[in-house]
Amino acid sequence: MKIAVLSGKGGTGKTLVSVNLAATAETAAYYDCDVEEPNGHLFFKPELTQEEQIFVKSPEVDAQRCNGCRKCMDFCKFNAIACIQDKAVVFPDVCHPCGGCILVCPEKAIQESKRPIGKIVQGHSENVQVISGMLNMGEESGVPIIRTMLRHMTEHPHPFTLIDCPPGSACVVMESILDADYCILVAEPTVFGVHNLNMVYELVQIFNKPYGVVLNKCLDGENPAEQFCLEHQIPILGRIPFDSELGRLNSDSHIVSRIHPAYKELFTEILQKVKEAVSHETAVDSQR
Amino acid sequence: MRIAIPVEDNETEICPSFGRTSMFLIYDTETKEKKLIDNSAIAAQGGAGIKAAQVIVDEKAEALLTPRCGENAAQVLKAANIQLYKTEGTSVDEAIQAFQENRLEELTDIHPGFHGHGGN
Repeated sequence: MKIAVLSGKGGTGKTLVSVNLAATAETAAYYDCDVEEPNGHLFFKPELTQEEQIFVKSPEVDAQRCNGCRKCMDFCKFNAIACIQDKAVVFPDVCHPCGGCILVCPEKAIQESKRPIGKIVQGHSENVQVISGMLNMGEESGVPIIRTMLRHMTEHPHPFTLIDCPPGSACVVMESILDADYCILVAEPTVFGVHNLNMVYELVQIFNKPYGVVLNKCLDGENPAEQFCLEHQIPILGRIPFDSELGRLNSDSHIVSRIHPAYKELFTEILQKVKEAVSHETAVDSQR
Repeated sequence: MRIAIPVEDNETEICPSFGRTSMFLIYDTETKEKKLIDNSAIAAQGGAGIKAAQVIVDEKAEALLTPRCGENAAQVLKAANIQLYKTEGTSVDEAIQAFQENRLEELTDIHPGFHGHGGN
């Protein structure tokens, strides 16, 4: 079972929810796909077992061989190649390493080199296997790291996998939820929060994923995010209160469900609801 | 000397975007000839600045008069020894005049570009 946790913006509580659900489960694999700012490991403080560098292919031009024919430049649909003084020049940050320029070059003047963009770090924290993707600073796209993590997920299946997604609804998020059986949307009780919830709500519908919402930072009184869920008949999986004790423990990088009985209970209930929803989906799916 | 300016469709105003301008005006300061060329980068998904700069390079311009320019485009232009000058106001004719009277300053505040937003 693969559960993706997402939200329309950062700071809504994706990591809080995914870390605590993983910690509450009997055993879990926690994948931190928020590769631009992974922080799940700060809570789990895993004992590291493995580290893997991730590379992307990057074309390199041999100026001696290049005769300025421009075939590579004309081929590149990303405009990552310019031709200056009859020599091809590659712009690596615009390049989507497709390898096309290498194929079309009649002089064999372009070769593929490998450029490190980040790493995947693995470790253990009690009942949880922790896998964190980390993108190097200044890199444009974390997609290659997330793809490697997903491949790892398929090659080493775990009965209960949690995917802590990057914020928003862009390509990195789509990549992260691709294999998920269920999506948990975390929402804040503000009008702005509703706007962000709507973004991921639309996304999971496009991807045809079953979903439910965890309402975070709940206060007494009106909750626009809850209102949105009621209007759109979105299942509410749980409500996390706006609690200073929770905020303090969380900012001290404690896993609240491991040290606070009330929060253990809260996340156990959410976990139960998610599992029920997924098994229901599977049953419905098998009838289709 | 051949100079290039990103211009709007009305041909009299300077376009605030270098990479996404619809046309470039190429002006020859010796012959006073004006020529309009299409910017093939206008609808590019990405790398518009690089492609637009290539257009300027291929036109053998020696100077570019523009309100702003991104870093990738600037890199292409610099490698081709094209000087960058910062325009003030929107009038194409005034910019040409100011350039010929040496009143334009060099463009030094190169912006980091608008590429790569929202992941890819």
